[in-house]
Amino acid sequence: MALLQTSGLTAGYGDFQALFGVNIELGEAETVAIIGANGAGKTTLMRSIAGVLRNETSSVRFDGADIGTLTADEIVTRGVAMVPEGRRLFPSLSVEENLLIGAYGRRGGGHWTLETIYGLFPILAERRHSPGTALSGGQQQMVAIGRALMSNPRVLLCDEISLGLAPVVIKDIYRAVPAIKAAGASLIVVEQDIAQALAVADRVYCMMEGRITLSGTPDSLSRDAIHDAYFGAGQ
Amino acid sequence: MIWIDTVLQGILLGGLYALFAAGLSLVFGIMRLVNLAHGDLIVMGAYLILVLVTLLGLPPFAALLIAMPVMFCLGWGLQKFLLNRTLGDDILPPLLVTFGLSVVLQNALLETFSADSQRLPTDALTTASLQVGPIALGVMPLLTFASAVLVIVGLNQLFYRTSLGRAFRATSDDAVTASLMGIRPANIFATATGIALVIVTIAALYLGLRANFDPNIGPARLIYAFEAVIIGGLGSLWGTLAGGIIIGVAQTVGAAVNPEWQILSGHIAFLIVLLVRPRGLFPRAND
Ligand SMILES: Nc1ncnc2c1ncn2[C@@H]1O[C@H](COP(=O)(O)OP(=O)(O)OP(=O)(O)O)[C@@H](O)[C@H]1O
Ligand SMILES: [Mg+2]
Repeated sequence: MALLQTSGLTAGYGDFQALFGVNIELGEAETVAIIGANGAGKTTLMRSIAGVLRNETSSVRFDGADIGTLTADEIVTRGVAMVPEGRRLFPSLSVEENLLIGAYGRRGGGHWTLETIYGLFPILAERRHSPGTALSGGQQQMVAIGRALMSNPRVLLCDEISLGLAPVVIKDIYRAVPAIKAAGASLIVVEQDIAQALAVADRVYCMMEGRITLSGTPDSLSRDAIHDAYFGAGQ
Repeated sequence: MIWIDTVLQGILLGGLYALFAAGLSLVFGIMRLVNLAHGDLIVMGAYLILVLVTLLGLPPFAALLIAMPVMFCLGWGLQKFLLNRTLGDDILPPLLVTFGLSVVLQNALLETFSADSQRLPTDALTTASLQVGPIALGVMPLLTFASAVLVIVGLNQLFYRTSLGRAFRATSDDAVTASLMGIRPANIFATATGIALVIVTIAALYLGLRANFDPNIGPARLIYAFEAVIIGGLGSLWGTLAGGIIIGVAQTVGAAVNPEWQILSGHIAFLIVLLVRPRGLFPRAND
């Protein structure tokens, strides 16, 4: 049985519907990538799973339980953490405080502590007392990832962690993925960069206009199929 | 010499105003909520202490220890079940609801305790004074000022040294992202208002020991508190203490020139600061 699963998930903003019955699955120790053009609904899907947007009963299941109607704070306590799009560090908090607050809703121990996060991203130890927002974009992204890891999640949702970063910096950040997996987390990675998504993921879902249009393992998907799923066939 | 005395008395009086204002500053800093019933809650706290003193025969300071947790729970419930519902993008609902609450509180106090003015019983210690050179400083104003400094120091420690304080600041920055950390903003706000009402109770004790009070004096306490918060800069706790002191000194100096000018000079000082520094003395950087 899947660790995390959405079934017929719909979501929207007021009268505007952004997701139309999305079904995805994430297995234990799996990494799944979600790709799609701007406005496809990737962030909406992440926010629905994380509980920022409320869903209908049993549209999201995690670890055998229905989490569709839980609030964001309840969901992170259960073990699903999110690195939000745009990083969203707390400007009033230092780097270290941003990391510490990630452990606010944590229950029990686990691999990730301040020390192991600083081991993963050594530059953060040097900048621990700076305001989070004084860091470079890549370093801020490291703080955002570290902050989510501090809850010792079983599922980590990463929404465009490469957004706006230089290729070398993106490499640095993705270098952390094996350690994150080794510590026992499964990942859902939202990516605009298709090559990056195909490189990191065990399976890929492609989204368009609020629907899943294609899914499969990276080597089973042809460039053309991805192109069609991305932009719609016949364009 | 007389001027030094006047200014010193003003500084000590500023401690009382800072106590009035600290809770308001805390709540505004965390959730951008201006509680128009703040002054009436102070008066209610004073009546609560009075009831404990008369019913149980407790000394006022012992009554304070019982009143503080009661007021914390009241503040928690008030925020959780009423004020949280008014928070949103529109700033009008919280103003209307707390204004209504102010009217309700005043009338409830009037019904229960009549319009007669009351006072908390004072003893020899609270009416004593310390002779410092040629100047006599009342023990009560000194205690008030010391309490104000302690409250501000305590709140700063809470804000910058504890996990709850981090949660306060994070929620104030961005409540949605805070909820992704396992924080429940509704509970954080409720706790903040609970703490604000604990401070309100301390302010109420000194209000009731220092002078007479009746159910109608709340709105004027709100004005002093509000002026102190604005002078200090919204969200700055030390600024709030400075703001209280400025109003206190302006009032005693004004009164020394002409007793009728006491209240007016406080308001004028407020207007002058507002003209010179529209965002207050210590505005927060990221507002
Ligand atoms: N807060 C909001 N209010 C109203 N509509 C929104 C809101 N956020 C997103 N939308 C709309 O919902 C749709 C899906 O947006 P979403 O942010 O989920 O897309 P996305 O795939 O994450 O895009 P991007 O790659 O640009 O991040 C878009 O049409 C967008 O305009
Ligand atoms: Mg997005």
